Amino acid sequence: MLSLLLIILAATFFTGIIIRTKSVASGRKGPGVFQPVKDVIRLFKKGAVYSETTSFVFRLAPTIYFASVFVAMLVVPFGQSKGIISFNGDFIFFAYILGIGKFFSIIGAMDTGNSFEGMGASREALYSMFAEPAFFILMGSLALLTGFTSFQEIFSALHLGSSISYALAVMAAFVFLMIAMIENSRMPLDDPKTHLELTMVHEVMILDNSGFDLGLIFTAGYLKFAIYGAIIFNLFSGTIAYQYAIPMFFGMQAFLAFVVGMIESFMARFRMNHNAQFIVVLSSVSLLIFFGALLVSGKFI
Amino acid sequence: MNYISIKNNQTILLSDIPESNYESFFDMNFGLISGHPARHCVNYFGYKAGNNVKLICCIADDTTHEILVSTCLVHKTHELESFSKELLCFEKFEREIHENFGINYIDHLWLKPVRYANNRDDKSQTIANYPFFSIDSEELHEVGVGPIHAGIIEPGHFRFICNGEQILHLEIQLGYQHRGIEQLFINNKKLLQRATLAEDIAGDTVVGHGVTFAHLWESMCGYEAQLDTEFSRTLALELERIAVHVGDLSGACTDIAYQLGSAVFGRLRTPIINFLQEWCGNRIAKGLIRPGRNQFPFTQELGERLKHVLDVFEPEFNEMSEKLFSLSSALSRFERTGLVSNEDATKIGVVGMVARMTNLNRDIRSSHPFSLYSELAHQPILKRHGDVYSRVQIRRKEVEQSLQYIRTLIANIPAPTENKSITDAPKPSSFCLSLVEGWRGEICHCALTDKKGDLMIYKIKDPSFHNWLALALCVRNNEISDFPICNKSFNLSYSGHDL
Repeated sequence: MLSLLLIILAATFFTGIIIRTKSVASGRKGPGVFQPVKDVIRLFKKGAVYSETTSFVFRLAPTIYFASVFVAMLVVPFGQSKGIISFNGDFIFFAYILGIGKFFSIIGAMDTGNSFEGMGASREALYSMFAEPAFFILMGSLALLTGFTSFQEIFSALHLGSSISYALAVMAAFVFLMIAMIENSRMPLDDPKTHLELTMVHEVMILDNSGFDLGLIFTAGYLKFAIYGAIIFNLFSGTIAYQYAIPMFFGMQAFLAFVVGMIESFMARFRMNHNAQFIVVLSSVSLLIFFGALLVSGKFI
Repeated sequence: MNYISIKNNQTILLSDIPESNYESFFDMNFGLISGHPARHCVNYFGYKAGNNVKLICCIADDTTHEILVSTCLVHKTHELESFSKELLCFEKFEREIHENFGINYIDHLWLKPVRYANNRDDKSQTIANYPFFSIDSEELHEVGVGPIHAGIIEPGHFRFICNGEQILHLEIQLGYQHRGIEQLFINNKKLLQRATLAEDIAGDTVVGHGVTFAHLWESMCGYEAQLDTEFSRTLALELERIAVHVGDLSGACTDIAYQLGSAVFGRLRTPIINFLQEWCGNRIAKGLIRPGRNQFPFTQELGERLKHVLDVFEPEFNEMSEKLFSLSSALSRFERTGLVSNEDATKIGVVGMVARMTNLNRDIRSSHPFSLYSELAHQPILKRHGDVYSRVQIRRKEVEQSLQYIRTLIANIPAPTENKSITDAPKPSSFCLSLVEGWRGEICHCALTDKKGDLMIYKIKDPSFHNWLALALCVRNNEISDFPICNKSFNLSYSGHDL
């Protein structure tokens, strides 16, 4: 319950901080930190417009996408406190419930028959496919290291290890942050600010969505960032008491948003064919973590 | 020989242009161009003379600084041999002649419509029923972009044939912006109307087209512009070059999602165009250039102001370009993207900056000098690779060069003289050609007058006319997601092409 509240709270300012950081870095004042939330509230008050060429799939897709992110959020723990749902192997549930959402957002985009949206869908599918091994090798290694298979147990056992497990946690944090960037289609893989359909990944898939549906998609995006932020926090939090852990959680989320904003301000986007290479590199970092885990647990013969 | 050699901005009598039959006209012009990379066709157009069509071909020779003009008379029913089969640079001119007068070529590669001009020969052909180059393959897919684009830009249609992310073919169809500018030059009788019309040919080359028209008109009226007038024109051309190049650098940064470059270059454009406003009351210099007068004399005080503006501008520009050109993520997007080979560039007859980035030396400022450029002893900046990086780099170097020219110019501001207005009307039955190097490249205006000295034909060639094809070729085998950066690195004009 605690993690659910904290993630929702963090989601309200995460994207706002990214935008604010980018504004300040380019010499502008920028909108308020809560502007994205206000935008979503405005969208929720509107009706949606549907193209005549779309079917029920297109109408269904945003809702399922949002629901999948929401359910995924329920399994994320906060320190010692479990998520609302917690069972053995819940990280597999987490990955594939997000996968269902992604699947629907992809077929929703294909349903419009728009040539841009088809391109965006194929890119998004490719990147998610490459990101999946990175996530599973990483979570598998952590499970191997700790001997547990649910998020909450893995994270609470993680801090008990030697200093090498903290080194692994730093690498894991990097992989999670990059997966968050891929999942949310942010720089350096995708430029969320561009107006050029041909270079878009995620934005082009939602070109036909409007009003309430668009609000749902945006909200899901904000939540996703906060979810990954929470997972990264969990890597380090361990058994810290709540009165310290909660401020640390918000501090960490704000810091991550700041880092994302700085990356987006001071570098150019990757060339599209470098994206796939870059994502595969994440899997190799995960493999390093896997070998680290083998070393620590003495499973090398 | 069956041609007449003229200089840039020289007026000759129409009867002085030697006329021959199409066969010898063809052989001669063919011989002039093929195998001579220093010669290229600056304009080739036709006009109706009774039931016949008169063709005029103007070939510029960059080494002798001359323009070779020849003409011939053909009838609509004649089927002609085309230059394009061997010389691709004629491809678009011949398509235009075909579109406007219905002249057929027996061996033209593709008589595709150019711009659906209002006065075209075959009115049944419209953009709505145009058969785009298409594919039947199951593996390939087509992507159509435009005519309405995501950014606030002009209309144009791009049709891609892609194999996954890779572009196999791009077809560009323009004409949405056609306003009949050439006809409006004839219909509008007042000089002021025509001068403002010239400024409206392409909104980003106000000074370039304005100066071309002014030179042409003054030459036809036998008027010699004074030193201070030419000084203002040269200065305005260079300021326009800086403003647009800096704006394009900002655009290139936006397209690769480099926010810092986009913001800083975008801001750096402002002091330059604000200075133009200070000078003439308009940020894109509308109203600054008028034939036969120095509308806004450049005073010593303005010179001081400009010097101050540049002193602030230059270090900031250098710092930002230093940063951009050492940023690896930006270079990885620029390098080896959108290649145009020197061979292709020569073949399709590109001009201006696009020619120079493939090591093809085409710069009217040095080959056919006008205004004060012969005194500046302009040396064109050449790059070798022909990729986006070359095009971005050439912008940086040209900005630096223009800054230097402006500093040289304002060190010695000529005293304003009293305007002596044009007293004579244009010479009757004459022909004049004017070339100017705008920021984008060579601008060519040709005018013909009738027996009474009224304007009979006005022909405009914007540098975009040829350069669009270079864009279509450069994106082949590139990723479709790199198209926007390729497009921006050329920054071609839709309205300049569509006229």
